[in-house]
Amino acid sequence: MKKSILIVGVGGQGVLTAANILAKSALKEGYNVITSELHGMAQRGGNVECAVRIGDVLSPIVADFSADAILSFEPLEALRNLKKVKEEGIVITDVNPIIPPLISLGMGSYMPVEEIFEKISSHCKLLKINADEIARKAGSLLAKNIVMLGAFSALNIFPIKEESILEVIRESFPERYVEVNIKAFEMGRESINEDMNESI
Amino acid sequence: MELLGVGKKILLGNEAIARGALEADVDIATTYPGTPSSEIADSLSAVARYLKSIGEEPKFYFQYSVNEKVALEFAAASAVSGLRALTCMKHVGMNVASDAFMTYAYVGCKGGHVIVTADDPSCHSSQNEQDNRLYAKFASLPMLEPSSPQEAKDMTMEAFKLSEELELPVILRTTTRISHTRGVVECNEFEMSKKHGKFEKNGLMVTVPDVARKLHPILLEKMEKAERISEESKFNIIEDFGGEDGIITSGVSYNYVREAIDDLGIKCKLLKLGMSYPLPRKKIIDFMNGCRRILIVEELEPFLEEQIMAIAKEEGVNVIIYGKGYSSLSRCYEYTPDIVGKAMADFFGKEWNKKEMSINVAPRPPVLCPGCPHRATYYAVKQVSPPDTIYPTDIGCYTLGLLPPYKTADFLLCMGSSFGSACGFSHATKQKVIAFIGDSTFYHAGLPPLVNAVHHNHDFVAIILDNSTTAMTGHQPHPGSNVDGMGNEAMAMDMESVVRGLGVKHIEVVDPRNIEQTKEAVKRALEFKGLSVIISKAPCILLGRKKRERVTYEIDQDKCKKCKICITKFACPAFYFDEEDIKINESLCTGCGVCVQICPFNAIGRKSEGIK
Repeated sequence: MKKSILIVGVGGQGVLTAANILAKSALKEGYNVITSELHGMAQRGGNVECAVRIGDVLSPIVADFSADAILSFEPLEALRNLKKVKEEGIVITDVNPIIPPLISLGMGSYMPVEEIFEKISSHCKLLKINADEIARKAGSLLAKNIVMLGAFSALNIFPIKEESILEVIRESFPERYVEVNIKAFEMGRESINEDMNESI
Repeated sequence: MELLGVGKKILLGNEAIARGALEADVDIATTYPGTPSSEIADSLSAVARYLKSIGEEPKFYFQYSVNEKVALEFAAASAVSGLRALTCMKHVGMNVASDAFMTYAYVGCKGGHVIVTADDPSCHSSQNEQDNRLYAKFASLPMLEPSSPQEAKDMTMEAFKLSEELELPVILRTTTRISHTRGVVECNEFEMSKKHGKFEKNGLMVTVPDVARKLHPILLEKMEKAERISEESKFNIIEDFGGEDGIITSGVSYNYVREAIDDLGIKCKLLKLGMSYPLPRKKIIDFMNGCRRILIVEELEPFLEEQIMAIAKEEGVNVIIYGKGYSSLSRCYEYTPDIVGKAMADFFGKEWNKKEMSINVAPRPPVLCPGCPHRATYYAVKQVSPPDTIYPTDIGCYTLGLLPPYKTADFLLCMGSSFGSACGFSHATKQKVIAFIGDSTFYHAGLPPLVNAVHHNHDFVAIILDNSTTAMTGHQPHPGSNVDGMGNEAMAMDMESVVRGLGVKHIEVVDPRNIEQTKEAVKRALEFKGLSVIISKAPCILLGRKKRERVTYEIDQDKCKKCKICITKFACPAFYFDEEDIKINESLCTGCGVCVQICPFNAIGRKSEGIK
């Protein structure tokens, strides 16, 4: 078995934290797991990508057209990495754009989100989530990454049980943040309804 | 603490190296932080501080040294005194350490000494992508190259033994994709012991010409022994997947080769060189003799290829060797599963039918963080400097001054090159010169060029961006900090006294978050004939951010006249256009309040309620 996903977003959105939680959950269930990340200059407010691969995998980088899913915390970043996902794969993305500062300076433009979604849907399945809104309802905008993780977990793309992820969440955050993150995870899961899951 | 646990753990390649050093009962560890090596030392620092926090005295000593050369010299002294030592640095750090390194190879060591060089193919976080495997050949020192976090740990432990057996420091060479890959690592029980070194004089450790001439052939003899070890090394592995052709590979490329073999159904023989210097000559000859054609898959320089070509020629092995230049295999940039997959498909006559997909989206390069004090300094400097001012810059977050609208970075070579090149620019041109350097970089490599500037009375403005930390690499302490890497109290250098002590006549210390004050200081410095230094002092916005009370700012849309200065000149990433209105993204705003000073219409104010 080989399963790969790419978690992408903007520096500061908690991409690496989400990847780490997923990786630890996979290990808890006895899977071999690899993740890859970039630090330093590559991190400051720039685009961030992190592969999480489980099963009979060796390469820390996901080959083009081979990821089972992209979990994106920002629409443009989903499109930027689209080439990584299989045609039979899925892109799960948050819908709230973060405009790169260079665009505000008049350099380049941010593609209209509808066009972004259209391009993604023409390649593979697309699932949109307003994770900002769910995270706010859960109690903190900062828990957006965990909302996304919850949504991902409901889709059963990785054979990892909800309980294992919850256990790692409990171990990963200081006590005062555990509750809000668990709520964010559950609300993320609930945002994926049964029908959606079956159609995917 | 996770890194001290036992059993299967998910560790970063760098954490695995730290864990390997702990299991090998390391005594001394030194570093100067640099991506992608930083987490090796940071892990050891965290372990030391953790042990102290639970009332245990760490059995090892760890130091963030002032630069890589000092880090290596410190550890070398420990290793010649019989202690086990680890020194970690990024690839370009080896250039700084190389003066000591090259001769240290002659002198050798007694206790095991592992020197980690973390290379950065594709320059993810570096000014070049030099291949430091060449340092092993250059200095004549053994080298191990892991392909996974588990191997990173195993090889670190083996390298200590190898170093003691050969009485030579051993290089452990990683790349970004090993250092920053997380994988499952088996962590075993271990016990550490507190040891003291003993330096025994032998007359062969002062490398005057006569001694050096004696030591060089001794080094070559040791390396002959190293080659015999390489022949038997458990890290030089042959795997047989059938077929008549062979692949030789090392490091992270091994993973791409293995997955391509599986995915494309390739039949071949595979030689993985984990001990990649000195090469196991006999093993390679035997391998080549069993093959019709060989493809060498290695990132960056043709390091294996040139040596293997030479071996084949010398031994008259009749095999065709392909490497750099074949199919998609380039000397530039890191390899990927697709680059290696394509080359292997071509080599083995398999179909490679991945379609092209070009996606044109706006780039999102890294930028200075919202609230970064460097932004305030750059904003102020640009307000008062002549347009053709030359801005030599240095290595750190502040190199991002390169980007518009600041464009306060014109020239950069390496750590410390800001002040060194400023001496030259101020002499070679009639333009004003304002050079920027960070605090950690200043202590690392900025002192000698500043001495040079004082001594020759060069006319430029040197701005030291003092944010109290080594920010880019993950907030490590430096000589200006009052705590060291062990969590011990340390003597914090007083930067102003240091600069004054060097004989600089015109010095000002400013808080860049006060824009007017900073502008005035820059004006005075530009008017001053000769060298002037401004210490622009404000802590990195990321320090203590979790403890700070969260305040944010907002724009009063009635007062805003859409002059856009906040976006076009100040360019804090928290500002954005919402249709025609300019707004502040509350989740990005750090509440530094500098933007309030730059708005000509007083339209920016503190938001009454903080957000969660």
